Amino acid sequence: MTVSSSGELPLTNEHDIVLGRQSVRRMTQQQGFSLVDQTKMVTAASELARNALIYGGGGTLKWALLTEGSRRGLRLTVEDHGPGIPNVDLALTDGWSSGTGLGLGLSGTRRLVNEFALESTVGVGTRVIITRWK
Amino acid sequence: MDRIPILRMGEFLLVTIQVDMHDQLALQLQDDLTRAIEKRAAKGVLIDISALEMVDSFIGRMIADISGMARILDARTVLVGMQPAVAITLVELGLSLPGVATALNVERGMVLLRRALTESSDDDRFIKR
Repeated sequence: MTVSSSGELPLTNEHDIVLGRQSVRRMTQQQGFSLVDQTKMVTAASELARNALIYGGGGTLKWALLTEGSRRGLRLTVEDHGPGIPNVDLALTDGWSSGTGLGLGLSGTRRLVNEFALESTVGVGTRVIITRWK
Repeated sequence: MDRIPILRMGEFLLVTIQVDMHDQLALQLQDDLTRAIEKRAAKGVLIDISALEMVDSFIGRMIADISGMARILDARTVLVGMQPAVAITLVELGLSLPGVATALNVERGMVLLRRALTESSDDDRFIKR
């Protein structure tokens, strides 16, 4: 697997979520994703970016355009330095929410992508890595 | 501050969302729309999202909340024009918008609202008898 291009966007306010969505849309188009796959990845990015902002107090959205043989993909890494998630398994359960959301954010996001990894340390922060292939 | 315009169409209100909304804009719409329903005594609201390329859980919840609030204010809401890719993604995300009436486009949405209004006025007559 090779990374053909990568970069980073800040997530410091609501407008960054919108900008992040627009950037992710362009990247999925560049990678030749179908409209449905584009929409799934953009929606997943929006969920994670909002989590980082609301629960993590802001963070970053890192992106990498991937190539593996003949297939192309997009990997997004959303990181924050917030309070972290005490119980990751619980946070990935449908219907679980720490308050303001619908409890669909993480578990729903996982269903929209091909690969999903979540690392969180209480007091240090949370990192979610998602990948979708064409 | 930017706002999403709310147009009056007879006894109905029409909201056409044409921009990628940031969260505050979505909340402002909720506020503006409930005020408009009250001020205009509107019986129906059409929310046209045909230009929206993405609906995440936040925007989805905003739409469901508007529908619930409008109902309490005696107005029906019909969500119209959702793009197929958005519908597929929303359901996979886990949000099937229960309780929100939908129609393929504005014309069909109007038909739905008119029918709902006729039925509710029939109910009123029934209650009076």
